[in-house]
Amino acid sequence: MKHTISVMVENKFGVLARVAGLFSARGYNISSLAVSETLDPAISRMTIVVDTKDEAILEQIEKQLNKLIDVITVADVTKKEHVDRELILVKVSYSAKEKAKLENILSKFVAKLIQHKEDAAIIEAVGDQAQIKQLLEELDRFGVTELVRTGRIAMAY
Amino acid sequence: MKLSGSSILLECLKREGVEVVFGYPGGQILPTFDKLYDFGLKFILTRHEQGAAHAADGYARATGKVGVCLATSGPGATNLVTGIANAYMDSIPMVAITGQVRTTLIGNDAFQEADITGITRPITKHNFLVKDVKDLARIVREAFYIASTGRPGPVLIDLPTDVQFAETEFEWPEEVKIRSYNPTYVGHPGQIKRAAKFITKSKKPLLYIGGGVITSGASLEVLELAEKINCPVTWTLMGIGGFPSAHKQSLGMLGMHGTAYANHSIMESDLIIAVGARFDDRVTGRLDAFAPSASVIHIDIDPSSISKNVKVEIPIVGDCRNVLRALIDEIDKAPEIAAWLTHVEGLKKKFPMFYKEKSKILPQYVIEQIDEVTKGDAIICTEVGQHQMWAAQWYKYSKPRTFLSSGGLGTMGFGFPAAMGAKIGRPEKTVFNIAGDGSIQMNIQELATCVANNIQVKVAILNNGYLGMVRQWQELFYKRRYSHTPITSPDFVKLAESYGAVGIRVEHKKDVRPALERAIKTDNTVFIDFLVEEEENVFPMVPAGEAINNIIGGLA
Repeated sequence: MKHTISVMVENKFGVLARVAGLFSARGYNISSLAVSETLDPAISRMTIVVDTKDEAILEQIEKQLNKLIDVITVADVTKKEHVDRELILVKVSYSAKEKAKLENILSKFVAKLIQHKEDAAIIEAVGDQAQIKQLLEELDRFGVTELVRTGRIAMAY
Repeated sequence: MKLSGSSILLECLKREGVEVVFGYPGGQILPTFDKLYDFGLKFILTRHEQGAAHAADGYARATGKVGVCLATSGPGATNLVTGIANAYMDSIPMVAITGQVRTTLIGNDAFQEADITGITRPITKHNFLVKDVKDLARIVREAFYIASTGRPGPVLIDLPTDVQFAETEFEWPEEVKIRSYNPTYVGHPGQIKRAAKFITKSKKPLLYIGGGVITSGASLEVLELAEKINCPVTWTLMGIGGFPSAHKQSLGMLGMHGTAYANHSIMESDLIIAVGARFDDRVTGRLDAFAPSASVIHIDIDPSSISKNVKVEIPIVGDCRNVLRALIDEIDKAPEIAAWLTHVEGLKKKFPMFYKEKSKILPQYVIEQIDEVTKGDAIICTEVGQHQMWAAQWYKYSKPRTFLSSGGLGTMGFGFPAAMGAKIGRPEKTVFNIAGDGSIQMNIQELATCVANNIQVKVAILNNGYLGMVRQWQELFYKRRYSHTPITSPDFVKLAESYGAVGIRVEHKKDVRPALERAIKTDNTVFIDFLVEEEENVFPMVPAGEAINNIIGGLA
């Protein structure tokens, strides 16, 4: 199961290395990671997605993160009422005669065709995990040639 | 008043109450050594930076204060690494200060540049690279605060040359406040109430204590709790000295080389009261077979130690001493455990600690003699290996901070410099380093430091001509194929003499006691080279990965 962990940290150099080092040293895998400044520029938020079924590992991840001096708070957003989103850019094979078909698919999602050339198009989409997964499945028949994802961000109430 | 970075550093050390700094100079720390020249702070020049780190560690273990070491950039800093890792694994408060190339050169692969904050990130509690002299006083203050509070540990401060030179107004921060760092000292009252109920209801309780008891100064509380509920007490290597070993409720050390009766007792217990211990693999053996019918109350200041290895029914995060105090007051009725105590007594009789006489001197006998000669009141340091386990098993410790040993990292070469640090911290004590002929050669250069500074450490080398613990494993698990474990040594007597210390060689049992007495009376560092039985093994022993009641050599 994927857990989205929201970590507030001091916005200082080296903090990302501390967090990343903790994961690698203890053998935990990061599925995705998004880092940016918060409303308070002295604080950054790291949104870390980890994939584990083991509650004990998850508990250790949270405890070990809390142990880092520069970590201010750690919250498993997955356990709260929350929304999560990811932005993706997808490059697909493209020909002008398929434009309508493609736009028809995109209309079902928060997605749009942002650029196209003779043989390729770049699509931008935003959504939660399920929506992104479904969109990618539907785009598959056009031939996806490249995919860039921001990693998940989340917000709890 | 405007001061340079170096002066600010030294002024801060003085205000933190630092009595001694161990270290080694070099190019990028020169400005600080220049200020040190006439600052009036005791400095011990070791002969290797690793020695400085272990000496600071030994000083911290013996006194409970923060140990401080100082080295230059690059190789000076990387030579500290083993000592820092060692302190980290055993939660020892230490501040390591390293020189660094000037800020404008960082990242340029400059001469003697090493990314020491990067290198030490996983082996320090925290570290700092000081980029602006204005931050220095605050950083030093925070470093000491972080090193010595919560679960203690080493903190490194990397100080570029230009920051050492740069001047700023010196302001001593009266208070330290780190918003993201607030260790929990007081245990949750509800959890303590539940723990008290569990204890009263238990039929087979056992107290299991670790290094946290020593760190928090909780040994009197452990004694009071143990006597109040009348339950047996066992300890980890790091917990040695946390409970008097001659006490009738004592079971000695548990785990891989623990007493057979401690291991059988914990396996059969129905309640483990773990205090400042972390259930590491040397204690639990095969985890899924460990203490199958026991509930666990786990008291520790580090939440991440709780439920890391074993499932815990009652976690209590807090300072061991505080929590025990509250727990003692909360328990109104001792558990009824007469049958359990009789059973444990039976285990003690059935599986006593023993060794069999052989023609040569036995290492266990040497330790017993050191115990008798020092009346159990010395500070005993060890290196790592067989001698370490014998020192843990056969000396009768009764007080905290008297057994200083590399528990977590298992660092050969730790004991001698650590003994040096301990002797400086506790000059009134007799300080022994119990060593093997392998380990002592790892930091033997510190003989020069001892002699030059008149640090009178007594070194008992249990010389068996082997890297004994590895040889023991080869004998038991690798068909006696002694691959690179026979080891030659210099003439330790002549070697000691050449440094200006005293050397004594002992070849016969009858000479063990007189040699020890002479060593203690001698006003100098003394090396005693005990030629002991070559292939003596440490027993009892639980093979790695086995359940801890699967014991070799447990029965006479």
